[in-house]
Amino acid sequence: MNPPVYMDYNATAPVFPAAAAAMGEALKIAGNPSSVHRYGRGARKAMEDARERLAAAIGAQLPAIVFTSGATEANNLALLGTGRSRILVSAIEHDSVRGVSPTAELVPVQRSGVVDLAALERMLGADRRPALVSLMLANNETGVVQPVAEAAEIAHRYGALLHCDAVQALGRIALDVSALGADLVSLSAHKIGGPAGIGALYVKDHVTLKPLLAGGGQERGRRAGTENLSGIVGFAAAAEIAVARQPDEAERLRALRDALEARIQAERPDAVLFGIESPRLANTSCVALPGIAAERQVIALDLAGVAVSAGAACSSGKVRASAVLGAMGAPADLAASAIRVSLGWQSRAEDIDRFMAAWAGLRKPSLAA
Amino acid sequence: MNAEAKKAANGNDKLGNGKLGNGTERGGAGRNRPHTPIYLDYQATTPTDPRVVEAMLPYFTEKFGNPHSRNHPFGWEAEEAVEKAREQVAAIIGADPREIVFTSGATESNNLAIKGVMRFHKDRKNHMITLVTEHKCVLDSARHLEMEGVEVTYLPVQQNGLVDMTVLAAAITPKTALISIMAANNEIGVIQPLAEIGKLCRTKGVYFHTDAAQAVGKIPLDVEAMHIDLMSISGHKIYGPKGMGALYVRRKPRVRLEALIHGGGQERGMRSGTLPTPLCVGLGEACAIAMKEMPAEAERLKALRERLYEGITRRLPEVFLNGDHENRLPGNLNLSFAYVEGEGLMMGIKDLSVSSGSACTSASLEPSYVLRALGVEEELAHTSIRFGLGRFTTEEEIDYAIEQVVEAVSRLRELSPLWEMAQEGIDIKSIKWAEH
Repeated sequence: MNPPVYMDYNATAPVFPAAAAAMGEALKIAGNPSSVHRYGRGARKAMEDARERLAAAIGAQLPAIVFTSGATEANNLALLGTGRSRILVSAIEHDSVRGVSPTAELVPVQRSGVVDLAALERMLGADRRPALVSLMLANNETGVVQPVAEAAEIAHRYGALLHCDAVQALGRIALDVSALGADLVSLSAHKIGGPAGIGALYVKDHVTLKPLLAGGGQERGRRAGTENLSGIVGFAAAAEIAVARQPDEAERLRALRDALEARIQAERPDAVLFGIESPRLANTSCVALPGIAAERQVIALDLAGVAVSAGAACSSGKVRASAVLGAMGAPADLAASAIRVSLGWQSRAEDIDRFMAAWAGLRKPSLAA
Repeated sequence: MNAEAKKAANGNDKLGNGKLGNGTERGGAGRNRPHTPIYLDYQATTPTDPRVVEAMLPYFTEKFGNPHSRNHPFGWEAEEAVEKAREQVAAIIGADPREIVFTSGATESNNLAIKGVMRFHKDRKNHMITLVTEHKCVLDSARHLEMEGVEVTYLPVQQNGLVDMTVLAAAITPKTALISIMAANNEIGVIQPLAEIGKLCRTKGVYFHTDAAQAVGKIPLDVEAMHIDLMSISGHKIYGPKGMGALYVRRKPRVRLEALIHGGGQERGMRSGTLPTPLCVGLGEACAIAMKEMPAEAERLKALRERLYEGITRRLPEVFLNGDHENRLPGNLNLSFAYVEGEGLMMGIKDLSVSSGSACTSASLEPSYVLRALGVEEELAHTSIRFGLGRFTTEEEIDYAIEQVVEAVSRLRELSPLWEMAQEGIDIKSIKWAEH
């Protein structure tokens, strides 16, 4: 059998060889960045160089970057750390945003998968307590890109802060965090060819954050704990590569993805593609095959050596309809037949052939037989 | 250190910005001396063992799946590696793998254990007990809880750094939910009587959390025999990677706690976030190596530590050991040098990468709160040095360190009028200094 084909880049991505090599070197650095002796200073220098390179890649100022153990922690830190009494999150946010505050209010999205800005404005106007609005830059399941700058403008008009989970957008669309309008931005390394276990929260300097993790006062008191040095170095290396390649890579992946979707529509006119009317990540396709459960599709594809997912990876153990598609108004049975195909730096045209060969022949279970 | 590790360490000629042991170069006086600066700060962090790095590398590139992807072999392969690591971590403390929650490090583990347990239980029991000598992240977590209405008792320690069991027992009230006492102190290396504390906690129906960041892999630990309910574990203190740790959470009887990081519900809801497979593998491998080599390595380090202690104290008077001598990590020595000035001493031994306190606070000039808690006078607390010995420390390095310390202290004392007066028999404390 051919080697398996990986088409689940929105779950995680293979690490760029250059980033892996940089981490291999960083793991050899003996020293705690907080120690003042030469070993400690060596570790600190490696860390601060990496911070500088990451900041440059995303258009941030240095002190604005707080390293965390990943985007989940960054999202938690943003939502809990600002201490706002009111939290508004879009209905399509990742669990690490939606699940943080039990009292969070949901901002609806339209059928297109784009957040309803008029609803956001109404909600902000209806209750003048200091609020935090959380809106992702690109959705992990549909790839639909959200109007973050407009949302930030509205939020600020009502004295609210805007947090943006930009995990799926980094390296996939042009991203300049300073120009985004958001007060806080969450980033992850392992979706872009960096390592898992490292993320960052970009924090504009007017925002004060209460730390989630108390302790040694690292990261200017905003996140305690000895820094994940190899992860930080790997993150910076991966971000530089991903950002530099982004324009060409988006074009390349868009061609692959569009070819895939054209073939899907040609082979199975009953298939439903989500979010295609909206601005969308070039690498993502969310497709439903009515009448065939997503789990069945995923298993059939797996047997053919093609790895895709039936939703977000963290919840993929549970079989349940996607909350994202539900929020877009998709009926539950249609949402339950949707899979996500996401491409990345190792994806090739042959992968599309492999996918189609396994997927196009899927049929409804026949009761007559 | 076994032959394999030695070979690995030797073959790895660039551990950071200085060599860590095993190599020697010609000194100016024609004698053999080790590469400098000599790393003697193993309680701040440890170099990642080359064998650990080897184990981690394939999981960055070839085996890169998300361990939570349940639908394809990329995910399964990563999950298998994560679960093997979980078994390796559990094994070194006598736990069940299902009792291990992976975290980003001991700071997160301590925050999760302390805040998590107290937030879950505070409606019924809102009191916790800890020691004034705990790591900063334990004390800071406790202070945060105080702002949330939790009552915290910060117990003093005895002059040797150990908790007084009578005092501890007397501090427990019907409202006490948690006792958090570290296994081994990061500055003075003293090992608390874990089994006694565990027994007391079990009798009183109080959860026992121990920050074992400095103890795991250095001394034998057994959560069953010691009746430990929660234990914090660090990767980078045991030759594993930074950014990785674990929290042991007892299942029977079950310890309930509130999560600190919410989201995808990984780690049975106790800690959300994609697990970093290579870091998990690194922590697991670090535990497996430490478990195998601990008995011999502890003996070796203890001998080196005693060689350092005796080598210094045989030639220098007025040197004081901070913390109990017997109940102490094999790789820790904390000494105060009378009649020298702290900064001068650090400058005098700059070939030795040592610390004057914990790494987190090492940039500050405040004397160590741990030493102050032992009743060490401020002057002596200012001249304390923590020598941290570890897997790559050699006898040549220790001998060189002895020379450096003896030379520097002797030179500083020669310049010190206080030392001169002390030599003449004047009791300095009896002098009334004129105010200016």
